[in-house]
Amino acid sequence: MFENFVNLYHGFGIAADPFNILLMVVGILLGVIIGVLPGLGGANGVAILLPLTFSMSPTSAIILLTCIYWGALFGGAITSVLFNIPGEPWSVATTFDGHPMARNGQAGEALTAAFTSSFVGAFVAIIMITLIAPLVAQFALQFGPAEKFAVYFLAFASFVGMSKEPPAKTVVSMMIGFALAAVGLDMVTGQLRLTFGSEELLNGFDFLIAVIGLFGIGEILLTMEEGLEFRGKAAKIDPKIVWKTWKTLPKYWATSLRSCVIGCWMGITPAGATPASFMAYGVAKRVSKNGKNFGNGEIEGVIAPETAAHAAGTSAMLPMLALGVPGSPTAAVLLGGLLIWGLQPGPMLFVEQSEFVWGLIASMYLGNIVGLILVLTTVPLFASILRIPFSIIAPVILVICAIGAYTVNNNTFDVIMMLVFGVLGYVLKKTNYPLAPLVLAIVLGDSAEEAFRQSLLSSGGSLGIFFSNGLVSSIMAIGLIAGIWPVISFLIAKVRGGTAQTA
Amino acid sequence: MHEAPHVAGSGPTQRYAEIGVAIATLLFGLIVVYGSVLVGFGWSSDGPQAGFFPFYVGVIIIGCSIINLVQGLRENPEKLFSEWGQLGQVLKVLIPTTIYVALVPPLGIYVPSVILITVFMKWLGKYSWPLTLAVAFGVPAFFYAALERWFMIPLPKGPVEALLGL
Repeated sequence: MFENFVNLYHGFGIAADPFNILLMVVGILLGVIIGVLPGLGGANGVAILLPLTFSMSPTSAIILLTCIYWGALFGGAITSVLFNIPGEPWSVATTFDGHPMARNGQAGEALTAAFTSSFVGAFVAIIMITLIAPLVAQFALQFGPAEKFAVYFLAFASFVGMSKEPPAKTVVSMMIGFALAAVGLDMVTGQLRLTFGSEELLNGFDFLIAVIGLFGIGEILLTMEEGLEFRGKAAKIDPKIVWKTWKTLPKYWATSLRSCVIGCWMGITPAGATPASFMAYGVAKRVSKNGKNFGNGEIEGVIAPETAAHAAGTSAMLPMLALGVPGSPTAAVLLGGLLIWGLQPGPMLFVEQSEFVWGLIASMYLGNIVGLILVLTTVPLFASILRIPFSIIAPVILVICAIGAYTVNNNTFDVIMMLVFGVLGYVLKKTNYPLAPLVLAIVLGDSAEEAFRQSLLSSGGSLGIFFSNGLVSSIMAIGLIAGIWPVISFLIAKVRGGTAQTA
Repeated sequence: MHEAPHVAGSGPTQRYAEIGVAIATLLFGLIVVYGSVLVGFGWSSDGPQAGFFPFYVGVIIIGCSIINLVQGLRENPEKLFSEWGQLGQVLKVLIPTTIYVALVPPLGIYVPSVILITVFMKWLGKYSWPLTLAVAFGVPAFFYAALERWFMIPLPKGPVEALLGL
């Protein structure tokens, strides 16, 4: 355990390199812009900028990308509070109390609370990663194909069980992702699958295109329904407001702690930042003494979801690094990036590329601090971007998305696919099909399938291999429980309910 | 969650949309199953065939699509998917974007981008020509400088750039 801290110290040395610090600043700024502009999102922004990093060293590249991710997390809070437009799916819960606070003239307090909570949530998550990441990595070395598949199964089952969309829709979404991942060359047999003779489909569907289309274009189309403009409340961050709010925040330490735990848990079991924020909000509402006032501008209603969302977003890095299983769509994009750079996430990453891993973890600490300072000082600037009229900013976003889509494979067909995914994203979102499982399935589809086939090969076709030893059985069991959780909690409620009515 | 403060107009109902999507995913599932059958979905001598995994994926899609279809049929027929007005707004973005994307393979990225920004700013935003043209040429020019020269990432170009020698 002690060597972790030695490694971390070395990691700081790498992270504190001036070029890398510059990248952090640039990354956070870009990320905030991306998060603030509805139409670009965390996953989308990282996806678009991914090809730009090919010329950098992997450590620098991933520092840039994770800082963009962070910036986007902060950015989503800005638009949620000021404009009631969640810049990110996980900022939706922040609008519930954040925007009412802005309407009451407390925009500064709301933003300060949001940013500080985000910082706290992410920080706690990073500490957790520092302490247990190598443990998880070592533990992951015991993983064979069956165990690996069990982890994927757990990840996907958690989505089905924990998301608020109907399970049948989550499953369809996920399966569509798997099917799309299967298109193209089959690695094992060398055959072409599901291409139906089309040359364009030879390479299959790249997850980056899907992300840019689903989350980027789809989001713009959705925003269009509300009309061509965003009106918002002007905001200045006045330093005195920051101090005043900071003095009131420690009162809510319990909410904060609870939300951190919820966030860390949901980030690791890949449920992601969005469910984490909703869950934290819901729990805080039920537990707090001001619960009834939630929705009218309670500062606690901002603290809870923001802490959880950032804790989850950050801890999503952990399963990605240690097990190769991303905890959120953005982590999935980062995972894709790692694979492109030739880094194989998983236990071996800690052994073979420990310099990279600890550099990354150290940069998370630094990036978080840099981020907080940056956002607190530059909020008015970003708020003013939103004042750029939609008819100017929308086509620019579309151009950026198109450029992003093209640069993935230097293929203009991908730009067309991006649009198709965009329409798909719009329609699916409006009919309540969750998009996150789709993206996760596209990224993980091939790996999950490979693990599945390898397991079956060694067991001669028997599904029993997934319950053949303690480790794999317990993971599968947790997965099954997570997957049918709605049924379980329904039954528990029935047993407990009897004559009791829910409020 | 906030409801938009306008009186509900008319438009396609949520029910139709849900049914439509469920049928679409059902068809997709059928296509996947068909594609899997084409490459073989059973067990060959050296393990599962290429179509094994996608076949079952397709089957699950079909099964859950049917569930969603049934749920869709039970949906409240009053709820609107969108109002026609809202859909019109969406189309205002979607149609120009579709044309834009269609123009990229023949014309490259830069020229259609100029056109797209011009269309948005002039037609939808009703800005003056000087401002419109400034942004419409400025933004792609910025990307040209940043991407082609600085990051060395080539973007597709078309006949116009060839003429200009870019």
